[in-house]
Amino acid sequence: MNHVSLVLVSHSEEIAEGLKKLLEQVAPNVGIAAAGGNNGEIGTNALRIQEAIESVYSEKGTVVLFDLGSALLNAELALEMAGGKERVRIADAPLVEGAYIAAVEAGLGKPLEEVVQACEAVKQMVKIEK
Amino acid sequence: MNLGVEQAKAWIDQMNELFQQQKQYLTELDQAIGDGDHGWNMARGFQEAVDKISSNRYEDLGTLLKDVAMTLIAKVGGASGPLYGTAFLKMSQVLAGKQEGNEQEWIAALGEALAGLKARGKAQVGEKTMIDVWEPVVMFLQEKGQLLAREAAQLAQQKMEETKTLEAKKGRAAYLGKRSIGHIDPGSASSCLLFIAFAKVVES
Repeated sequence: MNHVSLVLVSHSEEIAEGLKKLLEQVAPNVGIAAAGGNNGEIGTNALRIQEAIESVYSEKGTVVLFDLGSALLNAELALEMAGGKERVRIADAPLVEGAYIAAVEAGLGKPLEEVVQACEAVKQMVKIEK
Repeated sequence: MNLGVEQAKAWIDQMNELFQQQKQYLTELDQAIGDGDHGWNMARGFQEAVDKISSNRYEDLGTLLKDVAMTLIAKVGGASGPLYGTAFLKMSQVLAGKQEGNEQEWIAALGEALAGLKARGKAQVGEKTMIDVWEPVVMFLQEKGQLLAREAAQLAQQKMEETKTLEAKKGRAAYLGKRSIGHIDPGSASSCLLFIAFAKVVES
């Protein structure tokens, strides 16, 4: 794959799947995998995240975005279990806005580090001008 | 004294029994300062772990403990799945290829589990988490150099009680700030049950 790919981790399966649909509209050429929920319930699951990483892993790199608390623990564990995937980064960014920017940047063919920086910069974004 | 595959199986069985008995209590602790699913999560995860290991024959401790770890990672939601999963995964690495482990090897395995928990949860002592039980218990065993499991379980109980006085700095409870004071941390309570179960197996 010529583009950085994305993995979306949420406690809710619907949030992850819905976000994937939203992103596919702006970046149809970017590999995106949703890893939401835990066996059909609210939660996250390291094995599911690991599968998601492996399904879209790209030599160009993969960015993992997550929503809350234990999603990070499971994302880190998934990364360890996936083993040898050097070019995977977990981004410290809000899930929806961060993933949106990441999809745009990845769609433009930007390298991994730039995609991560762009989505982490979203934390400083002002959504309503005062 | 050596503990082998049968004792390790008995430990998981014993933990499962305690989690089934105490799931309501653990859930109540978690309802006070967390998201209220800890008891159910632990009970479900360990039932699945027992189902998995009871039907298998194991040649070594590593494979047994790894099966427990992977079951917890796959089945337990919230932070307890990856945390307890990591603890058992680390133990499985220390005890890989061994039919039984001596006291030093088991203490080393518990030490690695603690290191794994701290790395995974990025928690230190005093933050009202399972580390407030694990670290003093493991340090006690390391200092003594013997598997004094009954004393370790007593210490675990005392340290669990002491989490009441702490303010939560990690996990969902941290959102409550000072309002988390006065409640026992649910993860320290389930960790305490893990050491109580261990003592029961060592003593029998």
